[in-house]
Amino acid sequence: MSEVTTTPAQPSFTAKDLVTDQDVRWCPGCGDYSILKQAQTVIPELGIPRENIVFISGIGCSSRFPYYMETYGMHSIHGRAAAFASGLKATRPELSVWMISGDGDSLSIGGNHFIHLLRRNFNINLLLFNNEIYGLTKGQYSPTSEEGKVTKSTPFGSIDHPFNPAALALGADGTFIARSMDRDPVHLKDILRRANAHQGTSFVEIYQNCNVFNDGAFEIFTDKETKKLETLFVENGKPLVFGANNDKGVKLDGFKPVIVNLAEGHSANDLWIHDETDRVKAGILSRFFDNPKKGGDHFPRPFGVFYTEQRACYEDGLNAQVAAALAQKGEGDLDKLLKGRDVWEIH
Amino acid sequence: MEHTTDTLERVIIKFAGDSGDGMQLTGTQFTNTAALFGNDISTFPDFPAEIRAPQGTLAGVSGYQLHFGSTNIYSPGDKCDVLVVMNAAALKANLRQLKPGGTIIANTEGFDSKNLRLANIAETDHPLENGSLDKFRVIKIDVTKMTRAALTDSGLGVKEIDRSKNMFVLGFLYWMYNRSLENSIRFLEEKFSKKPDILNANIKILKAGFSYGDTTETIMTRYVVNPAKMIPGVYRNMMGNQATALGLIAAAKKSGLQLFFGTYPITPASDILHELAKYKNFGVRTFQAEDEIAAIASVIGASFGGALGVTASSGPGIALKGEAMGLAVMLELPVVIINVQRGGPSTGLPTKTEQSDLMQALYGRNGEAPMPVIAASSPADCFETVFEATRLAIEFMTPVLFLSDGYIANGAEPWRFPQSADLKEIEVKFATEKNGEKYLPYKRDEKLSRPWAIPGTKGLEHRIGGIEKQHETGNISYDSENHEFMVHMRENKVEGIANHIPLQTIDTGTEKGKLLILGWGSTYGAIKTAVLEARAKGYDVSHAHVRYLKPFPKNLGEVLYNFEHVLIPEMNNGQLVKVIRDKFMIPAIAYNKIQGLPFNAGEISEKIESILGK
Repeated sequence: MSEVTTTPAQPSFTAKDLVTDQDVRWCPGCGDYSILKQAQTVIPELGIPRENIVFISGIGCSSRFPYYMETYGMHSIHGRAAAFASGLKATRPELSVWMISGDGDSLSIGGNHFIHLLRRNFNINLLLFNNEIYGLTKGQYSPTSEEGKVTKSTPFGSIDHPFNPAALALGADGTFIARSMDRDPVHLKDILRRANAHQGTSFVEIYQNCNVFNDGAFEIFTDKETKKLETLFVENGKPLVFGANNDKGVKLDGFKPVIVNLAEGHSANDLWIHDETDRVKAGILSRFFDNPKKGGDHFPRPFGVFYTEQRACYEDGLNAQVAAALAQKGEGDLDKLLKGRDVWEIH
Repeated sequence: MEHTTDTLERVIIKFAGDSGDGMQLTGTQFTNTAALFGNDISTFPDFPAEIRAPQGTLAGVSGYQLHFGSTNIYSPGDKCDVLVVMNAAALKANLRQLKPGGTIIANTEGFDSKNLRLANIAETDHPLENGSLDKFRVIKIDVTKMTRAALTDSGLGVKEIDRSKNMFVLGFLYWMYNRSLENSIRFLEEKFSKKPDILNANIKILKAGFSYGDTTETIMTRYVVNPAKMIPGVYRNMMGNQATALGLIAAAKKSGLQLFFGTYPITPASDILHELAKYKNFGVRTFQAEDEIAAIASVIGASFGGALGVTASSGPGIALKGEAMGLAVMLELPVVIINVQRGGPSTGLPTKTEQSDLMQALYGRNGEAPMPVIAASSPADCFETVFEATRLAIEFMTPVLFLSDGYIANGAEPWRFPQSADLKEIEVKFATEKNGEKYLPYKRDEKLSRPWAIPGTKGLEHRIGGIEKQHETGNISYDSENHEFMVHMRENKVEGIANHIPLQTIDTGTEKGKLLILGWGSTYGAIKTAVLEARAKGYDVSHAHVRYLKPFPKNLGEVLYNFEHVLIPEMNNGQLVKVIRDKFMIPAIAYNKIQGLPFNAGEISEKIESILGK
């Protein structure tokens, strides 16, 4: 397996050691600050030597992240971080590689690399900061902005249908698909730990508030008043329960999810029990994607690990082929190679 | 039957047929046999972009030209002595390339009414019967009929039987040029080791073609082309893309780095991937990326981790890689970028050759993004040149562009291969210690090269990226003076490479004189042949060939100023000539051919005569 080198003893560094000498230049109040903080808190616990950690990003607000992490890092070009990370991981499987990206970076300009990373399943942690807007270019709609979104580039409302990142990742055969948010540090830290533990591409969509160009995009999921009814935190082996007093649940009627009221005679035993390894159910769960702002009957937005499976990582297959060739043929002899098969001599 | 034997100094054969007729295979087989015999050789495959264009049509004609001789051969030659045509379309497409008095070997079955119609020839104009070929020697053979007759009892179907008819032609030519069948039989035995029926059929037909020569009464003369007097040593046959692959493996071995080759399939570069993918036991890791951009990005990622990162493509792919190449310039990481050029722009002429990406190589990126550029001059030269590209990349921590083209990528020549002990070591110094109070990723050495600190090295954690960086610290900097300083710094680093490469030499001729032909890339053979011939006739003409296109060798100016005229032949609309005029302020003469075909020596000779007078 593509095991990242770990030293299980006491952490050799602390969150403070992950702070660089560079001023963080995100807008005050940006959700990125929280994500940075949670990552800096979790990483020392993971038992990975700091010098073996690499953060690779594309372009966009989120992609400045590596400059603020005192590890190895590369701020690459727009949309391509997945490919840079793939090349690094293919040749240095023992490194812990984290990819930082945004909704524009990974789902618009880098959509191709995103799906190919997932299908190849390099052992990389992919954190996608989704703020449903283009921040660094000052406020155009993004591929995750909802239909009708009024922005600088869509003064009459966006006519683009948005991507559903979790469903897209599942469709690309991702082996770890999770969602969290900047304003729930405890949950986010937990998901980061799980992402790191997974062998394969761990896709974590993180709802991140852009307080300048798209303030409050996820308020309905974070506000005390609405959160309980609009969010559904899934845990493996536990029933799908939500609501002000955990009084609502989701039941499966065949393949059709139904919201039921636990106060009205439905017991938790009737509910959909979350099974992270069930691809079909993960597909249904990822489709809980109604736009809550439209009101009316709708499903709560799920958070947590939707799906996980064990599948061979690309780098393991690649290195196994090299090892098999070495075992079978021995280390390549350059002189033999240069000579080839058919030669003639001129005297 | 008694035959006479003539000795020839050199022969040019062109094999032409339908893309499905196996002409490339026939050509390569004859080439290998000629090479093993000790002839000097040069080849030029010329095939359509479509894998199987409509059968029998002009669009579907596939050709393979071979020049072999007992003297030094520098190019596949101009017009051919022998034209082998499997059908009417092949004749129509190639006839103008046959020398007056040359020989046509025609498969008569390929001239039936259907084939004539497909080649747009009226039946009344049957070329084998209307006397239009009277100035040539025509050998008509019903190859199809004889192949079928020889294999009636083979148990094979007609389709399979017909597929071996190229072996008849090959056998006949082996007879004509007094060659042994041994090498091709060995090749067939390996190729069809699991298909004994097909193997036996092919060998039988190969021998049948040979015996046909012996028994037929129409051909009276056989030819001998003696081995060439080449520099003593051990030789093998080598194609350009293959040499490029071997050069990369050698460079990886000599630098002790893991070779990571990330690429996306594109004609005519894909064979480099096919070749490298075989050598896993050399630690080679090949990665077929999802697109051209991912290919170069993966390579830069691998280089960041301390591997030898290499990508290869052709013009359209290089265009897509432009932004990432600029990033590599900023990151100052060693990366080798191979462009096997083809006809452009856009999709252009995928299977035809051109040198039209020089400006793209030198200037085709946003911002001031200098990058060393070097070009190979012949198939075997790809080995040494790509090895040198790797050395420059590592020694100077920079991406390097290596230019090849479709002509040398698929062409072949004898190669006096080196011993690994004779190849220079490429020194790699990964940083292990801090170079200041903090680690300074952009603190430079005397060559202006920055240190290579790879992940996993304790205490040297650092960040790099595409935003302008502060001198030494590498931190983001938007400071205007720093930006200008860094632009100059990157340019000076690349220009400084001129102090670490060989001086420009004269390939053929004198250091002073009337006319210098300055070439680059695959025009080498045609220029050399023409200059040797012209000098033999008394013309004051010399030839210099530039491998290093950025930076130029330090003395290039002096070399040029020693001549009254400088002629620059290029397979493009005039690119190097612009750079030379700009840099050295001389009225260099452009000579351009943009037909997707290499120069003929004859074309260069005519130009020499027009400049220097008859």
